[in-house]
Amino acid sequence: MSRILPSLTGVRRTIVFGAAFTVLAIASSFVLDPFRNFQLATIAATFCATAGLTVLIGWSGQLSLGNAALMAAGGYGYALTANALTDAGVDGVPRFVLALLAAVVAAGALGLLLGLAGARLHGPYLAGVTLALVVALPAVTSVFSGVFRGDQGLQIAYDGVPPLLRTVVAVEQWQAWVAILVTGVTVTALAAVTRGRLGLRMRAVRDDETAARLSGVRAGRVKVAAFTLSAVTAGAGGAVLCFVTQSVSPGAYTLAFSLLLVVAVVVGGVGSLGGAAIGSALIVMLPWLVGWATSLLDLPSEVSQRLSGNVSVLVFGLLLIVVTLARPGGLAGLRPRTRKPSATPVVPAPADTARTDAALPAASPPDPVSSIHH
Amino acid sequence: MSQHHSAHRRAAVIGTASVLAVALTACSVPASSGEEAAEPTPGVTDTTVTIGTHTPLTGPAAAGYSSISAAASAYFAYLNDQGGVHGREIEYIVKDDGYNPATTQTVVRELVQQDEVFAIVNGLGTPTHTAVLDYLNQNEVPDLFVASGSTSWNQPEKYPFTFGFNADYVVEGAALAQYAADTQPGKTICLLGQDDDFGDELIEGAELALGEGGLAHIERYSVSNQDVTAQIGALQAAGCEINLLATINGFTALALGTAAQFGWFPMWFSSSSGADYPTLVGYLGEEVGPKLLQGLTGANYLPALDGDDEWVTLFREINDEYNDGAPFDGNTIYGMSVAYLFAEALAAAGENPTRQSLLEAISSGELAGNGILPLSFSADSHAAYLGVGISQVDMGAQDYVGKTYAVEGGKVVEVQASPVALTGKGVPGS
Repeated sequence: MSRILPSLTGVRRTIVFGAAFTVLAIASSFVLDPFRNFQLATIAATFCATAGLTVLIGWSGQLSLGNAALMAAGGYGYALTANALTDAGVDGVPRFVLALLAAVVAAGALGLLLGLAGARLHGPYLAGVTLALVVALPAVTSVFSGVFRGDQGLQIAYDGVPPLLRTVVAVEQWQAWVAILVTGVTVTALAAVTRGRLGLRMRAVRDDETAARLSGVRAGRVKVAAFTLSAVTAGAGGAVLCFVTQSVSPGAYTLAFSLLLVVAVVVGGVGSLGGAAIGSALIVMLPWLVGWATSLLDLPSEVSQRLSGNVSVLVFGLLLIVVTLARPGGLAGLRPRTRKPSATPVVPAPADTARTDAALPAASPPDPVSSIHH
Repeated sequence: MSQHHSAHRRAAVIGTASVLAVALTACSVPASSGEEAAEPTPGVTDTTVTIGTHTPLTGPAAAGYSSISAAASAYFAYLNDQGGVHGREIEYIVKDDGYNPATTQTVVRELVQQDEVFAIVNGLGTPTHTAVLDYLNQNEVPDLFVASGSTSWNQPEKYPFTFGFNADYVVEGAALAQYAADTQPGKTICLLGQDDDFGDELIEGAELALGEGGLAHIERYSVSNQDVTAQIGALQAAGCEINLLATINGFTALALGTAAQFGWFPMWFSSSSGADYPTLVGYLGEEVGPKLLQGLTGANYLPALDGDDEWVTLFREINDEYNDGAPFDGNTIYGMSVAYLFAEALAAAGENPTRQSLLEAISSGELAGNGILPLSFSADSHAAYLGVGISQVDMGAQDYVGKTYAVEGGKVVEVQASPVALTGKGVPGS
């Protein structure tokens, strides 16, 4: 296969391709109806989070089951800031940008703390800590309900279509644009960072932590940086979701959703940004497609009530098993693993795909006793 | 490096292509309904009116409320068999949101944008419906008879398209607290409330009747955590004798059951949203339910389950014939009452209803409904009921005790109930 624009290399290549995909996705919003645009925006927001998660799992070898909680941190950061700014009389673009920054900072700070704890833990223990975080979310919002408003969550003021564009696009399309733009910038930045020095170090730490430390890589720092990075992208995703739906509530970030993020990463191909995009589209579209398909069957209401919400869980389970068996590298890997590395779009493929392909926790170093120094 | 690039580029192209493919195949799905968008009024054809709702059919609130939409569907089936409204049949699309605000947002968008409903009718839940309140009003979709007593729905200036159905929780809290003070003077009154506007407003109402600080102790719970041991323990420790409940049915049962496990049997005064006797027995079991629920005091504004009301007689017949004889409870009456009120509004909206004429019909104040008090709808009021009657469970029968309260000018006053009589077999305009 020949390469498109072979002269373009390095970070510039990442940026050009990131921009191209963003423009393509925005263009696609024109052929979609409003509900499909809403789904597109949701996919974009989810992709923002799964992109960070796939880098965390596939590149740095840390398994997080709690990235939904980090998205929630972003969502709440966005909503609280947006409401404070609305009270202060700020609106429009400044409000959006400031609130988005606050969301990223809030999620990043939480991710940093989690990463500091997580860098001392391996495999299932780290997964346990992150799991606890997402399980605790409803309790946290309910204990501090003065701030987070419990299960009801926070509502924010509505950002309409800017007057200039009002005749051209509908609200949902505009929201999809914003979602795609934020996601495009976030994922491109993520790709640029991971293809640089940090990405190399992450892989070194993942493949053999002791060897990495002997080579002068500060393993703890690299792991914390990877965690923070994934938290920042999750936060941006949560903020976008909050912008699109004008609200944030713990019900949106359940344990099931958090695990679905991991499913998206695994089905798409661990460590692959293109795979994360495919996975995100799947977890958003599949429940809807399943619901639509079952509604066509004209089942008795009793049966369809029982099926509602449960069939898609079953389908995800089956999909995960089939993909793992038939294509261990995930859907993004085009060819079977005969030759070169098979995964990864906007970033160079991890050096050792056999490692990436092996199930998640296996990516952590074999010696669990080795301590980490900062 | 070059292999890496080609690999990544290829994967990325495939990735984007798949995303687009999924999106586009999905796009082609609703093409048929898209054609009808040219019609002037969404959801209305020569022979049908399509409306939708969001309600919990799965999740923690499902067992307490899933029968409401089934009852409403049964009434519409009855109505359609009687010729519908102005010759149009009513199609009622029910979407499950699992009492999760995030899901509500998705299903309501689906109803509005994909199914193109004429109106959302009886969307259920305070936290859930709050999540779509702005959306529905921005899109100018009539948002009728919300199944919640939050005062949020009664903001005609801010939300001109939204109308409530339940008596608001401030009114319920005031009535329950006033009744407690009137009949049980000197008792310690406490409150267990849901962690949202439902709880907040019931507290506000109770304090309206009892004065600031009139509640000896307040505990809150969150729907996502199905354990109220800590809250019940705290209420018991505070020496509460009467507990006001701002709880949905499942949590009313949970509170009573938990207290019984402690061997604690205070008096319970529950909001209409969590005081349906048959539903509560369903939760607590035939064995202990009736014993625990003896004396349960509740608020209500619709025909009582065990009173001798002709509405209830009609609804029982409809339930037997069109709802496969499902258990008949307060939710059944509620669902059919809401459905009747919508049919009445649609009939009043004229031969060729538009969203505008529907809203005008409701705001005109000429709808009667079937409650124990007149409806309060007007141009300035989007609340359905501003007063409630007190009901009590006695020997397994739930009926009014003859006390009715309303909130007028920030004060709780006792009023006379004036039940609306059944006309024309419950078919509006006949």
